[in-house]
Amino acid sequence: MLHFLASRLLSALLVIFGVSTVVFLLIHIVPGDPVEVMLGEASQAADREALRHALGLDLPLWTQLMNYYGHLLQFDLGTSLQSKRPIGDMMLEALPATAQLALAGMVVAMLVAFPLGILAAVRKDTPLDSGAMAFSMLGISIPHFWMGPLLILFFSLWLGWLPVSGRDDWASLVLPALTLGTGLAAILSRMVRASLLEVLGEDFVRTARAKGLSESRVVLRHALRNALLPVITVLGLQLGTLLGGAVITEIVFSWPGVGQMTIDAINRRDYPVVQACVLLISLSYVGINTLTDLVYAWLDPRIRLAEDS
Amino acid sequence: MNDLVLKVEGLTTCFDTASGSLYAVDGVGFEICRGETLALLGESGCGKSLTAFSLMRLLPTRQARIAAGRVVLGGDDLLALPELRMRDIRGNRMAMIFQEPMTSLNPVMTVGEQIAEAVVRHGKLRGRALASRVIELLDAVGIPDAAQRSNEYPHMLSGGMKQRIMIAMALAGEPDLLIADEPTTALDVTIQAQVLELMRDLQRSKGMAILLITHDLGVVAEMADRVAVMYAGQIVEQAESRDFFASPCHPYSRKLFDSLPTIAKRHQPLAIIKGNVPPLTAAGYSGCRFATRCDMAKALCEGEIPQLQDAGPGRAVRCFAYDDRYRGQWGDGASAIIPAAAARPQQQESGADGGLLAVRDLKVYFKIQKGLFKRTVGHIKAVDGVSISIGRGRTLALVGESGCGKTTVAKAILQLQRPTSGSVLFNDVELTTLGGEALRRSRADFQIIFQDPYSSMNPRMLVGDIIQEGMIALGVEPDPKRRALKVDELLQQVGLPPEAKGRYPHEFSGGQRQRVCIARALAVNPKLIICDEPTSALDISVQAQILNLLQQLQRTTGVSYLFITHNLSVVAYLADEVAVMYLGRIVEQGRVSDVLTAPRHPYTQALISAIPVIDAGTRRETIRLEGDLPSPANPPTGCHFHVRCPQARPECSLQYPEAAILEDGRMVRCVLYPRR
Repeated sequence: MLHFLASRLLSALLVIFGVSTVVFLLIHIVPGDPVEVMLGEASQAADREALRHALGLDLPLWTQLMNYYGHLLQFDLGTSLQSKRPIGDMMLEALPATAQLALAGMVVAMLVAFPLGILAAVRKDTPLDSGAMAFSMLGISIPHFWMGPLLILFFSLWLGWLPVSGRDDWASLVLPALTLGTGLAAILSRMVRASLLEVLGEDFVRTARAKGLSESRVVLRHALRNALLPVITVLGLQLGTLLGGAVITEIVFSWPGVGQMTIDAINRRDYPVVQACVLLISLSYVGINTLTDLVYAWLDPRIRLAEDS
Repeated sequence: MNDLVLKVEGLTTCFDTASGSLYAVDGVGFEICRGETLALLGESGCGKSLTAFSLMRLLPTRQARIAAGRVVLGGDDLLALPELRMRDIRGNRMAMIFQEPMTSLNPVMTVGEQIAEAVVRHGKLRGRALASRVIELLDAVGIPDAAQRSNEYPHMLSGGMKQRIMIAMALAGEPDLLIADEPTTALDVTIQAQVLELMRDLQRSKGMAILLITHDLGVVAEMADRVAVMYAGQIVEQAESRDFFASPCHPYSRKLFDSLPTIAKRHQPLAIIKGNVPPLTAAGYSGCRFATRCDMAKALCEGEIPQLQDAGPGRAVRCFAYDDRYRGQWGDGASAIIPAAAARPQQQESGADGGLLAVRDLKVYFKIQKGLFKRTVGHIKAVDGVSISIGRGRTLALVGESGCGKTTVAKAILQLQRPTSGSVLFNDVELTTLGGEALRRSRADFQIIFQDPYSSMNPRMLVGDIIQEGMIALGVEPDPKRRALKVDELLQQVGLPPEAKGRYPHEFSGGQRQRVCIARALAVNPKLIICDEPTSALDISVQAQILNLLQQLQRTTGVSYLFITHNLSVVAYLADEVAVMYLGRIVEQGRVSDVLTAPRHPYTQALISAIPVIDAGTRRETIRLEGDLPSPANPPTGCHFHVRCPQARPECSLQYPEAAILEDGRMVRCVLYPRR
């Protein structure tokens, strides 16, 4: 267990190093100039030079990179070129919003996907199955930028039950979570169905039936836990994506999260912020992956014991 | 009869497919009494397992349905019961164990939980009473340290242990009827002997009836009171076990016996059943289902459907030769049936010249690595000092139970797995030091045939391409025209039509696929073919065809075989010499006739005694081996076998016994035979 966590920490460090280097270089290759964005196209060349010097952007790329690493080692993410605020503070504001939205979306997705996927698998080739899968196809096909406004139109404008946008109270979480959740639920329910169908064909399911167990016990107690393994993988990947900020949903609902912040920073060529955001996204992937592996070991004794011995 | 447990009448189960219904079980009927074992014998696809699943009403797919019949278990007609009532019967009055204990247990639940579940479902025990009942069941099936084992997960147990767990689970409801679907097919013979003995003991103490489904005549002979032979969805013969083995009546039953390889049939071809099982379509049959494959079929057999005829007490045969109205056509029914294939004059023990392959002290160790930096913490000694040699045109059989390292020996000889040490001298060339292009070119000389003909061919390649791939790669026949001719010739050699080259592997039956694999191996004119369990996945009658083919090819091409198998009757029939392997080492090696008839090493003796024999006259006391094969990562000291050996002495644990050569030339490594 300790071995496992230590190796994961090591790989996290490697990921940080690799990702930050690549992103740093890529940003500088992409055309666009933060100074020009800040001062406007009509600005004087001398003013631009002065600002560039003040921000350290006139230093050689190599020196800039080394400075960046130096600050990173002291957990200093730097300050935003745009707002001049420490990026750490900005992160601490945006991250809870994104995490809240991601988890809420995930919960919605699981609440919808598991019952739907299980029902579809158990009632394979019946109208129920086709209905559930048609719903899921719809969920996959509808993009968030359409689903969001549709929900706003219905629940906020017509019925007036929920706020249109922003992040104030729990009510404002409902619509963005639904938007995110339905798309996810669609993918997840297909996974649950496919995985469960495969497990239902296994020999031990036949054994369980031969014991005289009820169908619900066979499915829920014997088949489902075995079927969860591949589903957990997808779940982990999805959660990783969400923690990096559900960009479209955040913009549609003006949700002040990481996704929103990333897009703003890219548009304004705010290099340090972009780097910090990308770093956060890759770290959340490493974290989620570790978590996924732990859940795997908890679900499957074969993995658990192989680690121990 | 009062003791009647199960009565089945006219059971018909069909698969509804797009092209009509397939009657896979067609009018099957039998009875089983308390304490009795009925064996349902047949080859794959004959409908024997489907019969069992129909009794349990656990059909494998939605397309399958029970179309007709009655299944009466202790007064209840099971087919008329609602599903909810049926669940009270499953696992309670009627329980089932399956062929694959490896996959039949839920991998994420402890075995104790899985047994407890069956107890709770039918017994309503709780808490401490439940826990002690689980331990009691584990004790009953001979699991040592039951309390501890019940907390373990299935993957921590060996195959034999898992099958015991399955039996414990089946016993939870104190069933009147136990259905055992090929319960020992996936197990090694010494473990099979343990499990069969357990089933017999439990039957004696609990008086349950057993329906034993199997393809193995030996298992039937050991276990069954009565036998029902199934062919193409029907029972073709039913008899008391004694009578059946004394004189099988139906032509199909006889063929099954004739196609069994035995030491007595050496150097003569085995009887084969021509053709294939007919399609089981709804169109129905106008005659006997076996007629097209039967040597004694008459015009009548094709034109009229035979019914089960009484043929003596407790005996029924579905054949006109036993029908009083037609008996005259066959003369005296039983005796008129053609005897086993006539012996063909053979050259005895083909003239063996110099050695082709000499393996000396071969070792293959796999590293066990642990931790962040993959430290090597030990070795799995899969092959631990094996020496064998094969002469030109000869066959050496390497026998042993699963996990003993026999397949690793094959891979190390072929240099597919580089040996850790030792020498492999092939045709006077040292293969272990050969590399790159030289090794690649020499591969034409040694080929391999695998156990599973289904998975050892690329499903997207045509059979013709599969066969000629090796020729192209090794430059055996560069000219495409000549190569095409050679493919035709090879197909003909293995008994396949030339059209076969334009088809894909899935279009062939298991036996035909193995023929393709043999043709592929032959294509590069090898001097040695390693056959790794080539007939284990095949039915008896198909096995006979493949063995005949291998034997005939050896005569015509002079190829040598290293035959890896766990099936000693195949060894007895086919091989010249045999080497018995246990946990990475060879314990005994010599001529087949010597080793199999008078084994010397205690392991060889136990192995041979564990094989179920058909002929009651030659049945011997099984030497029961305790426990399972130890782990090759941590083998016992001294002689690897001493922990399970019934004749072990204190000195056995001290030293690996030296090889002793006995007077008949055989090698034994055992302290009972000191080196002179």
